[in-house]
Amino acid sequence: MIGAGLIVIGAGIGLGQIGGKAMEGIARQPEAVGKIQTAMIIIAALLEGLAFGALFLGK
Amino acid sequence: MKIPKKVFQFLAILCLTFFTVNTFANDSDTSINDGDRVNTDNEVKAYILHHLKDAHDFNLFSYTNDAGERKHVGFPLPIIIWTSNGLTTFMSSEFHHNDDGTVIVEKNGLKFAKIHSKIYELDANASTVSFDATNHATNGQKLLDFSITKSVFGVLLMGLLMLLWFSRLAKQYKTRKIPKGFSRVLEPLVIYVRDEIARPNIGEEHYKRFTGYLLTVFFFIWILNLAGLTPLGFNVTGQIAVTACLAIFTLVIYTASGNKEYWGHILWMPGVPILIRPVLAVIELVGAFLIKPFSLLVRLFANISAGHIIVMSLIAIMFTLKESLGVVGATGLSLVLSLFIMVIELLVAFLQAYIFTMLSALFIGMAVAEHDHEHKHDKKGHEVSDAEDVRGDLI
Repeated sequence: MIGAGLIVIGAGIGLGQIGGKAMEGIARQPEAVGKIQTAMIIIAALLEGLAFGALFLGK
Repeated sequence: MKIPKKVFQFLAILCLTFFTVNTFANDSDTSINDGDRVNTDNEVKAYILHHLKDAHDFNLFSYTNDAGERKHVGFPLPIIIWTSNGLTTFMSSEFHHNDDGTVIVEKNGLKFAKIHSKIYELDANASTVSFDATNHATNGQKLLDFSITKSVFGVLLMGLLMLLWFSRLAKQYKTRKIPKGFSRVLEPLVIYVRDEIARPNIGEEHYKRFTGYLLTVFFFIWILNLAGLTPLGFNVTGQIAVTACLAIFTLVIYTASGNKEYWGHILWMPGVPILIRPVLAVIELVGAFLIKPFSLLVRLFANISAGHIIVMSLIAIMFTLKESLGVVGATGLSLVLSLFIMVIELLVAFLQAYIFTMLSALFIGMAVAEHDHEHKHDKKGHEVSDAEDVRGDLI
């Protein structure tokens, strides 16, 4: 159970980082919103995959 | 009287919104594992696990009617197994919806029992399957199961649907420039996969060879994810066998189409000191054959199964919190939460299909990539560029 909590913390930190950097990028160059959003979603999905996979393997 | 288009669109969106919220109204209509009413946590857990597993019949739901009989709404699917006496087929209705190994079916001179969705061939004098400490059956053996299970049926159904839709789309280009009807929805999606996923990742020369596979995988995963969200009870992409198959397809494709540079980069990487190359080769081989398909597999499987578990748990809040919040409170909470989570699951359905397809395209692109040999390698493997180095004296 503690492991599950750690996994979620890791995922949360990672996603927070991506989101923050994406926001910064969009703020610097608002025309690139589409590309940044796409990249952000891709990385988020990869991270979620990792987190879920770890949760499942733990169970 | 013509209905104005806006009204029609509004009604359509309203219907779709409520179609995706599959909350059950009252106890007696819910389908339950094998009998009892869903009013404790264990029943909920058993029900959810039963949904995640594959089933040999297509059971929408079951209920107990006033006479105390168990009624099941659904239809049986054929069971095709390879036993020690050869190929045996029979309909799953012979098991009479029994899942704990007590009903024995005799066919072809052998006895079969089904326990927890697995069929065992029993020895001659056994009346049920008994398990030893490590959960292996002691008086039966597992057989090769080729049955049409619920997931296989789902794959066939969605495959047929995809065949109908896309063959119609393709045929329309012979007579018109712009497709008509539902194909209009599919055309931009197809173009999106080709222009945003296939072309950028695979490159202009080779993308045509693989676009067919990428399109198939994209729509296959998306449609099956969406089918898993309906009340019909499909759970195809949440089966590890299905996702393993898809990952193996991608593995075979990008391994078989690897050119010499690809293998060169894996086994004998240029630009790296020679002593490190064997170490890197091992790491790259493990990465190319194990880790990449495994990550594809686990990502899709875990996302979809976890999604199903979350959706069903939130719906089951209606029953588990009935005592503390009252029926209205529990139902209201469950409805709101389920609505939100279903919307998220719709996004996840598309996203997982997109991610799988994009990563497959990426891997294929890496395998067929042709380095334009503009930069040469000098003796030590460093890349020497033609351009003048601005700070040449510092290097």
